[in-house]
Amino acid sequence: MEGSKPKLKLAVYWAAACGGCCVSVLDVHEKLFDVVAAADLVFWPIAFDIKYRDVEEMPDQNIDVTLFNGAVRNSENEHMAKLLRKKSKILVAYGSCSHLGGIPGLANFSTKEELFRRVYSESESTVNPDNVNPLPEFEVKEGVLSLPDFYNDVRSLTQVVEVDYFIPGCPPQTERLLEVFTAIVSGAELPPKGSVIGAGTKTQCDDCIRKKTENKRIKKFYRPWEIQDDGVSCFMEQGVICMGPATREGCGYRCIKGNAPCRGCYGPPTGVIDPGAKMMSSIASIIDEKEPEEISRVLEDVVDPAGLFYRFSLPVSLIRRKLI
Amino acid sequence: MEFNPRIVAFLCNWCSYTGADLAGTSRMEYKSNVRVVRIMCSGRIEPTFVLRAFTKGADGVLICGCHPGDCHYQEGNYRCLRRFLLLQKYILQMGIETERLKLEWISASEGKQFAELVNSFTETITELGPCKIKDTMKVLT
Repeated sequence: MEGSKPKLKLAVYWAAACGGCCVSVLDVHEKLFDVVAAADLVFWPIAFDIKYRDVEEMPDQNIDVTLFNGAVRNSENEHMAKLLRKKSKILVAYGSCSHLGGIPGLANFSTKEELFRRVYSESESTVNPDNVNPLPEFEVKEGVLSLPDFYNDVRSLTQVVEVDYFIPGCPPQTERLLEVFTAIVSGAELPPKGSVIGAGTKTQCDDCIRKKTENKRIKKFYRPWEIQDDGVSCFMEQGVICMGPATREGCGYRCIKGNAPCRGCYGPPTGVIDPGAKMMSSIASIIDEKEPEEISRVLEDVVDPAGLFYRFSLPVSLIRRKLI
Repeated sequence: MEFNPRIVAFLCNWCSYTGADLAGTSRMEYKSNVRVVRIMCSGRIEPTFVLRAFTKGADGVLICGCHPGDCHYQEGNYRCLRRFLLLQKYILQMGIETERLKLEWISASEGKQFAELVNSFTETITELGPCKIKDTMKVLT
């Protein structure tokens, strides 16, 4: 590097995640050379063998930007969230799980006991005659073996530590990440703390590429496989539930362009507290029935409203878990 | 200690709030557990309002609007009815008893019906006991 400007220190970490977010970072393809020209990747478990201990030994605020993906599901996730908060100047919740709880957050429909029972004794593929269950600590003659403690609740990153920015998406669109990264490198003025960056402020529907009319009157909802999509008109008008009305724009309509309805991974638009509640409001508005029995018949097609409308956002919604 | 339920009632301005007002001006007595929130139309009630009432400690939520066909804004109460039916499905999944959320039509002349409704709903909620939501939400903090 010719300039005197020191290189940025960048970290990427995954907690309760599928790995897709890390892959979305890799999707910068050859732009990776621009990234490494401006930044050193100091910690990225999916790519390099750097130990937690090495991070623990770093001075505080040593890392400039940490992209934290994944929800907080166990004590290891929580430890790393707190550690990376301490070591980073800017902590970014990267991707739906970190931003909203994401798919792992759906576990909040169950308790820890229910999950363990299902996985270690009841599931069709489980063979566990001795009823062996994982323990956080186990003594062997060489010493004590330990596993992270599995929590009852899945939490988003901001429910555990202070977060500077949120980049939504499952996974976030790589182009948006590059924009954000370029802005940080160029020293441009950053948005206020707590902002959602790398996305719009309005809903998907505002600029949707599909054709919309005022004619949103639904007498039956269909699952996507039950109808022949015409490829042009609004999914809702065809009776297919699309999360567009309650979802932030900025993803580039990847699903819609692939002829699939929006699933809501970008989370609620600015000003909306609870995306699922907004979606219920929207869905109920377009049902074209007035008698309670008829309305209930139409609603029978919405088999799992909680799971559908809160697919990515259960842990951050108003009722953030099933009551116990 | 005796359980004294907290009930939030959303009443539409044109029929139900006037009906509740009539109960008052006619000096009818009804249970004081209900906290009334006046809104312009039952169609204004977003599911968020109801969920927020529960998370903030309501043991029951009562929604009242104009009778079908009588809405001041033509169709607001039908929207309310659809949202209510969807919400019932949702709260059941989340583990809140559906009896805790009630929708009734109260016209401006039905002061007596309003008083009876509040009394019977308060009784239902008292029998159900406190809503578990507050305890469950505490786990996190």
